[in-house]
Amino acid sequence: MLLVPCPHCGPRNAADLRYVGESHARPDPNSATKEQWRTYLYIEDNPSDWLRETWYCRSGCRQYFVLERHTASNEFRNPPIPGNKIGGRA
Amino acid sequence: MSLANSASGNPGSGKPASGNKASAKYSLGGLISRGARGQSWPRVWRDVPLKKSYDVIIIGGGVHGLATAYYLATNHGITNVAVLDKSYLGSGGSGRNTAIVRSNYLTPEGVAFYDRSLDLYNSMSIDLNINVMFSERGHMTLAHTDSALRTMQWRAEVNKLQNIDSDVIDPSEIKKLAPSLDVSDAPRYPILGALYHPPGGTIRHDAVVWGYARAADHRGVEMQQKTEVLDILVEGGDGPDGKGQGGTVKGVRTNRGDISAPIVVNCTAGWATLIADMAGVKLPIYTRPLQAAVTEPVKVFLPTVVVSGSLHVYVSQTDRGELVFGASVDPFNNYNVRGSLEFTEELAGHVLELMPGISRMRLLRQWAGLCDMTPDYSPVMGFTPVDGFLVDVGWGTYGFKAGPVSGEMMAECIATRSTPKLIAPFKLERFLTGELVGEKGAAAVGH
Repeated sequence: MLLVPCPHCGPRNAADLRYVGESHARPDPNSATKEQWRTYLYIEDNPSDWLRETWYCRSGCRQYFVLERHTASNEFRNPPIPGNKIGGRA
Repeated sequence: MSLANSASGNPGSGKPASGNKASAKYSLGGLISRGARGQSWPRVWRDVPLKKSYDVIIIGGGVHGLATAYYLATNHGITNVAVLDKSYLGSGGSGRNTAIVRSNYLTPEGVAFYDRSLDLYNSMSIDLNINVMFSERGHMTLAHTDSALRTMQWRAEVNKLQNIDSDVIDPSEIKKLAPSLDVSDAPRYPILGALYHPPGGTIRHDAVVWGYARAADHRGVEMQQKTEVLDILVEGGDGPDGKGQGGTVKGVRTNRGDISAPIVVNCTAGWATLIADMAGVKLPIYTRPLQAAVTEPVKVFLPTVVVSGSLHVYVSQTDRGELVFGASVDPFNNYNVRGSLEFTEELAGHVLELMPGISRMRLLRQWAGLCDMTPDYSPVMGFTPVDGFLVDVGWGTYGFKAGPVSGEMMAECIATRSTPKLIAPFKLERFLTGELVGEKGAAAVGH
């Protein structure tokens, strides 16, 4: 079981949340090229290391937030960063 | 006795054997004579020192890497090849999957590909002279909703057009094939029908690994275990240290020293992005563990492979009588192969809905393997922006059943320096050009 620190609800079982994926900056829709969009959509860093990722607290506060987790040890570091209700990839 | 030759015969000679068969034979006569004389079994592949250079380096000693090495040697006569694995051969997904093979995919590209793989599995015991215990027991994908039934009808029609034996059957036929399934309307998700695929079945995955390793070894390929790749040496690229787009591969740096090679192939499944990063190549891949479990052995009662996409479970019974279960990948990216209680709970709940009669069976153990997931559930194969660096990755949850054909195609790709037609749809550029090959409908859970 993974206890995910939600900034509003505190530690919750990962099963109560939805994993959105790696957090990448969204390209500017007015100027982004096709390649930038597709890179944003599909290409992953996928490190075996610290990863900045977005979660959605689906059965709690229903807010998105960003946190840092180590993908091999499942430890968290730094406080989670609250997002909002529309979210997506922060 | 011919078996004696299968030992460390002609160590280091590196000469490819002629013909298509493995040079050393396993035979009944050999088994009896060995047993009678109390002889132990020799190593089936050589333990040779690491050379300074090779024609081809394959990273990852699983089914994909070994099959690539085998077909390079057999079909193309390229034998100055090393297969590197940071652990032992078959230590990753090749030894952790649930050993199910089938070819009833959804897209024509997928169907053609897996059907070729099934052909190769069919003749593997003879080709490699090792009993891979292929059991063509039939593969049944259950439908619990109208929409699932529609998708199955669709898959059946796509399959039939490609001459794949695949059809939708109703609950009474399901009951005949697998009497232990509850086909009544009592469960929360009653069984409405199934996609039945008679050529599907199970195979002994370790034997596939050993068979390829042994046959490739006899043709001169070197198995280098406990050899971890720490860096890939690239020159002339756009990125830092001359890596990335436009670069050329020069070799790899390992924990046992540098090795030079003009061709480096990445067959590392869950670790694919870590290896590709070393060459400055970004992949559309994220790593998720896939958990599986096995029960205590009981008398054989389940004659086919049963899969339920809606209930996220697939189950088959081994020759020893254990039930082998698999499910969907874990819900978040991870390089950790620890089992979770959520998995066991969910699995038990779902399996009991299908087969209430096994409620008192006990789980023996559970394990996990790392899956390299892609956005369209199709693999990434062939050339990359770095010259000489090839990938055979992104196999997600279904890499094992594609092992033989992937090896054959990657070998052709390396030998001819061009992409074979069968794997052209799986090119890396498809994510930037928008030509995705959507296999989620047939690959997400069904195995």
